[in-house]
Amino acid sequence: MIRFVLDGEVIEVEDSDPTATVLDFLRYRLRRTGTKEGCAEGDCGACTVVLGELDGDSVRWRAVNACILFLPMLDGKALKTVESLSRNGALHPVQRAMADGHGSQCGFCTPGFVMSLYARSIGAEGTEGVPVKDVIAGNLCRCTGYGPILEAGEANPAEASDEDETTTLLRTLAPAQAGRGWFAPRTSDALATLLAGHPEARIVAGATDVGLWVTKGLRDLGTVIFIGDVADLKRIEEGPNDLTIGAGVRYSEARDALARVHPDLAELMRRIGGLQVRNAGTIGGNIANGSPIGDMPPALIALGAELVLRRGGERRTMPLERYFLSYGKQDRQPGEFVESIRIPRPGADTRVRIVKLSKRFDSDISALCGAFVLRVEEERIAEARIAFGGMAGIPARAPACEAALAGKPWSEATFEAGARALAEDYRPLSDLRGSSRYRLAAAANLVRGLWLEHESLFDV
Amino acid sequence: MSDAVGRPLRHDSAEGHVAGSALYVDDLPEAPGTLHLAFGLAGDGHARLSGLDLTGVRSAPGVVAVFTAADIPGENNVGPVFHDDRLFAEDEILYPGQPLFVVAATGNRAARAAARLAKIEAEPRPALVTIAEALDAGTDFEPPQRMGRGDAGAALERAPHRLSGTVAMGGQEHFYLEGQAALATPIEGRHIHVVSSTQHPSEVQHLIATLLRLSSADVTVEVRRMGGGFGGKETQAAAYAAACALVAAKTGRPAKIRADRDDDMAMTGKRHDFVADYDVGFDGDGRIEGIRIALASRCGATVDLSLAINDRAMFHADNCYYLPAVEIVSRRLKTHTVSNTAFRGFGGPQGMMAIERVMDAVAAQLGLDPLAVRQANLYGPGRDVTPYHQTVEDNVAPEIVAELTESAGYAARREAVAEFNAGHRILKKGLALTPVKFGISFTTTHLNQAGALVLVYADGSIHLNHGGTEMGQGLMIKVAQVVADVFRVPVETVKVSATRTDKVPNTSATAASSGTDLNAMAARNAAETIRKRLDDFAATDPESPSWTFGDLCRRAHIARISLAATGYYATPKIHYDRDTHSGRPFLYFAYGAALSEVVIDTLTGEHRVVAVDILHDVGRSLNPAIDLGQIEGGFIQGMGWLTVEELVFDDRGRLLTHAPSTYKIPTAGDRPPRMDIRLWKRGENAEETIHRSKAVGEPPLMLAISVFSALTQAVAAAAPGKGLPKLDAPATPERILSAIDELRARP
Repeated sequence: MIRFVLDGEVIEVEDSDPTATVLDFLRYRLRRTGTKEGCAEGDCGACTVVLGELDGDSVRWRAVNACILFLPMLDGKALKTVESLSRNGALHPVQRAMADGHGSQCGFCTPGFVMSLYARSIGAEGTEGVPVKDVIAGNLCRCTGYGPILEAGEANPAEASDEDETTTLLRTLAPAQAGRGWFAPRTSDALATLLAGHPEARIVAGATDVGLWVTKGLRDLGTVIFIGDVADLKRIEEGPNDLTIGAGVRYSEARDALARVHPDLAELMRRIGGLQVRNAGTIGGNIANGSPIGDMPPALIALGAELVLRRGGERRTMPLERYFLSYGKQDRQPGEFVESIRIPRPGADTRVRIVKLSKRFDSDISALCGAFVLRVEEERIAEARIAFGGMAGIPARAPACEAALAGKPWSEATFEAGARALAEDYRPLSDLRGSSRYRLAAAANLVRGLWLEHESLFDV
Repeated sequence: MSDAVGRPLRHDSAEGHVAGSALYVDDLPEAPGTLHLAFGLAGDGHARLSGLDLTGVRSAPGVVAVFTAADIPGENNVGPVFHDDRLFAEDEILYPGQPLFVVAATGNRAARAAARLAKIEAEPRPALVTIAEALDAGTDFEPPQRMGRGDAGAALERAPHRLSGTVAMGGQEHFYLEGQAALATPIEGRHIHVVSSTQHPSEVQHLIATLLRLSSADVTVEVRRMGGGFGGKETQAAAYAAACALVAAKTGRPAKIRADRDDDMAMTGKRHDFVADYDVGFDGDGRIEGIRIALASRCGATVDLSLAINDRAMFHADNCYYLPAVEIVSRRLKTHTVSNTAFRGFGGPQGMMAIERVMDAVAAQLGLDPLAVRQANLYGPGRDVTPYHQTVEDNVAPEIVAELTESAGYAARREAVAEFNAGHRILKKGLALTPVKFGISFTTTHLNQAGALVLVYADGSIHLNHGGTEMGQGLMIKVAQVVADVFRVPVETVKVSATRTDKVPNTSATAASSGTDLNAMAARNAAETIRKRLDDFAATDPESPSWTFGDLCRRAHIARISLAATGYYATPKIHYDRDTHSGRPFLYFAYGAALSEVVIDTLTGEHRVVAVDILHDVGRSLNPAIDLGQIEGGFIQGMGWLTVEELVFDDRGRLLTHAPSTYKIPTAGDRPPRMDIRLWKRGENAEETIHRSKAVGEPPLMLAISVFSALTQAVAAAAPGKGLPKLDAPATPERILSAIDELRARP
C-alpha cells in the first residue's frame, strides 16, 4: 500500500505495479490530465509536479519530473499538480501571470512551466536566489521563445505555501511498506542487511536514469531497493579539509556545500540536467551507475575524491578513479553499495578549473568535461591532477598531460606541451555529441586556456 | 461597437492552458474498452522484407489484435499527393523506423512491449543516406527543376568579380511538445469519428476513407487543438489517425495512439537538409550581376510534400535581392531515411540561407560591410522582378532595413564589436543584419481557399467554425476578433470550437502561414451574410436601435430569419505555371529584418547570442500580442535550427538523435539576454487582406539567419584577413571550432 497526500486528502494505492510512473497514475487513474507527457525521460519538464516531505515542522517542496518517478517513491510524501493550484476555482498568481503575459501558445508545456514557477514562488528546493532562467532550464517550450515565460516568472512574488493541512496529514502517514519487490529501507544498516539478502536487487535513488530503463527500455527491474528514504545516507559533513556527501544526497542538496569546495563545481552542477533532475538525482547515483559521460566524476577525480563502499558491516575506501574499471563496468561487488564520497578541499596554492562542453549549455550531456587541479609553488606547477569525461569509455585521468605539467614553470610552453600530451592519454570516440577530432582538439585547447587569462562567454 | 480587431488579446485558451484544463487528444476521457496502439517499427534501414513473424506479438500479455498491410481493406497509403507512403511496409523496408504493423492492446505499455517482440526477416539493401550519396546515385524524385531569368552564364562571364562556394545546412526536428496522437471511435453504421492532432483534418478524413473503402462522408475528423505542429502534423499525423481508424473499424472498439517520443522522432520526417552551391558575378560595390544557385535536398524515402517544399526553396533563393540574371536549379533526392516534410518556412529558409551566404561571401571578397552589400542588392524601382517573373509590388525591405539600421545603432555597434575583438584573445564577437521577404500563398494555387460556418443563436451567442486548426499560433482568437467586429459584439460572445470536417468540408491544411488570411476572410464573409440579414430586419423596426444584440437575434428568429451562414474565400490574383516556374504564386510578401550580435569562444567553439533587434512587418496587426509571440517564437526556433539542433544519422539511415536527451532545442538560457522586438509601425498590406494584416507564422523564423551570419563574422574575426570562414549549419561548437582551425590554417 502506498499512501500520499494530494490536495488535502490521503490517497491510498493498493497493489500497484512498483514501476508504474506517477505521471501515468495521475493521468490515467486519477484523470488529472493537466500534467503532460512530452518525452517520458525527464528532459522536457511537461510533467513537472511538486513533491513535498516533512522536514521537522514544515514541508520541504521540490519540483520533479513525474514521468520518471515511480509511484512507490511518493509513499509518505505530498504531491501538488497543476490542478492543485486553482483548486478553489481561481487561478494562482503564477497562472495568472502566465495567462495575462502571453506565456502560453500551444499550451502543452504550460502546466510544467507553471509548476516550476510555482515551485520558485514558494522557495522550493534549488530555487532560492536562482534566476528564473535556471529554474526553468528543465522545461522545454517550442512556441514562445521563452521571453513571456521569463517575464511571468520575474513578475511573480514569493509567497508562503499553505502548509498546515499538508503537515498534519503527512504526520499521519505510517512508514513505507514493502510490496511486490519494492523495498524502502530507512537506515543504511537496514539497507546493508537487505542488500545482503537480495544482492541482485536494483538500487534506485532518484530514478533519473533507471526510470528510463522502464519508460524507454520497458525493462522489468526485478527487486528494487529504494534508498531515497535512508536518512543516514543524506548526510553532508563539511570539515575544514574535506567534504563528505552521503550517497543519497541529491544534487540540489549538495550544491551549496560543493560550491564552497570550488565555485566551478556550482557552475558544473547548474548545467547538470534541469532542476527537476537535480531535485531527484543523487551524486552517489551518478557515480554508481558508471556513466562514461557523467559530469561529476571527472571533477571529483581531479579533486582527489574517495569513495566509500559498504557491504554488510564491511567498508572499503578507494580513490574514485579506481571505481571505474572499463566501459559499463565498476568495482562494485554484489551486495555492495556506495555509501559516501569524500572530497578534499583544494588549498590556497591550488588552481582549479572545471569546464563542460556540450552542444547546448543547459541540461545537456557533455561532449567532454575537463577538470584541472594544479598546485602551484613559486610559479611552478608542483602537482597536476587532470581528469576528463567523454574522452574514453570511463572518466579517466590524463597521466601524460599531468606529467607534462608537473614540475614545470607556469608558462605558455608548459601548457602547450600539456595540450599536445593529451593525444597520448586518450583515443576518444566519435558519436552524436562530437567527433574524436573535436574532442581532442577542444580538450587540448582547454589545457592551453589554463595559461591564458580566463575570458568567459557569460561575462559578455 | 466592437473594438476587437487590433487589440492585444490573450490566446482564447490561455486560462485553460495555465490551469491544465485545455484538453489534448490523450486527455479526453476514454470510453470503456478503448484499445491502445503501438506501431511495430523497422529497426534497420533499406531492406527487402522477406518475413514477419508476429506470433510473439499476438501472444503477449494484453494484446487484443495485430494488423499488417494485408488487413487494410482499401488502399495502403497515407501519402498526401503521391501515393507512395504506405501505412505499413509490404515487401520493401524503405527506412529505419518505418511501420510494419500495429498492435492493439489493453494498455499503452503492453502495446509498446508487444510491438518489440516481432521477428523481422529482412535482407539488407544498400542504404543511401546523405545528399552526396543520393546525388551520386541520381535518385531524383523528379527531373531537376530550373527557374530563371536572363542569361546567367553570360552575366557571370561579364562580371568584374566572381566567386563560388557552397553551404550545407542540416534538417530540423519539429519537436512539437505534444507527440503525434489520435483517437478513433466507431459510430453507428460504418461511420468513424476521429480526434486527431493534425493540421489537416480533411486530408486525414480522405486518407482514412480510402484506406477503409469508405466515403469521405463516413469519416469525421475533429481537432480542438494541437500541442504544437510547425508543419510536422500537416501530412504526417495521418498515419497515426489511420492506424486508429483501421483498428476501430476492425475491432469495433475505440482505438487510441499516443506516440512515444523516440518512436515519433524515428517515424516522422523533419525539415529537409540542403546543400547549396553558388557561382556569383558582381561589381565593385558587391551588386550582383549574374548568379547560378544549385540546391539539393534530402527528401527521404517518399515524396510527401518535398516537391512543393523544394519549389519554395527556389522561390526564396532571392530573398530581398534583385538578381538581374539568374538560374536556380533544384534537385529533390530520394534517400533511405525518414521522409522529410513540411516545417515552418517550408523550404524557404533553406533557399534564403543560400543567398544570405552569397551576401557574406561577396562582402568578404570585397572587404565591404556585409550590410552595405545587402543594401546594394535590395529590390528597388526598375529592379523588381523575381526569378519567377513576379513583380515585387510591395517592397518595403529597404525602409525596414534602413529603420532597423538606425534604431538598433548598427554603425556604432559594428565599431564596438571591432574594438571588443581587438581587446580579446579568446572571445570574438560578430554582428549581422539580415532582411526577410517571404511569399504568402500556397504555391499550389488551388489550396488557397477556405470555408467557414457561423451560427448565431437566438440568445445572441455566436458559434464559430472554420477550416483552420489551432496549434498555438492564435488563429482562433484572431478569427473570433474578426467575427466579433462584424457583429459589433464583445469577442467573448464568439464561442471558438473544434475544427470538424462535418462542419466545414474540403479544407486546406493550416499551413503556409495562411490560416488567418484564408479563414478569417471566410468567417467574415459568413458573418457579414448574417449581419446583413439582421441589419435589414432591424431597419423594419424604428425601436431597433434600443435592442441588445440578443434582443435582435431573438426577434429575428421569431420573424423567421436564418441566423446561420457559410462563408467562403479564394485568394485572388494568383496563378503559377510550374512547367516554366513563372507566374504570380504569391498574393503579397511579408517582410522583416533582424540584427544579431554573437560572441564565440575560439578555444572551444561555444557561442552565445547576446543581443537581437527585430523589426517586423505584420501589416495592420489583428492582434499585436499574438503577432509578437509568433515573431519571438519563430526567431528562437530558427536560431535553434542554425545553431544547436543537430540531427545525426548513421550509415544505415538510423536517426541517432531521437529524444530530447540527444536532440537539443533551445532552452530559456539560450534566449538572448537582450531581445528588442518591434512591429513595423507603418505596416499595411498593399493587398486587400483581412483588415490589411499580413501573415506571421513562418516569416520570423528566417530572421534567425542573422545569427548564422553573425557567427560567420565572429569566426572571421578569429583570423582577420583570411576571408570567408567555411561554416555550415547548424553552427555547433564543433563546426565553429573546425571553421576557426580551417581559417587559421589558410596561407
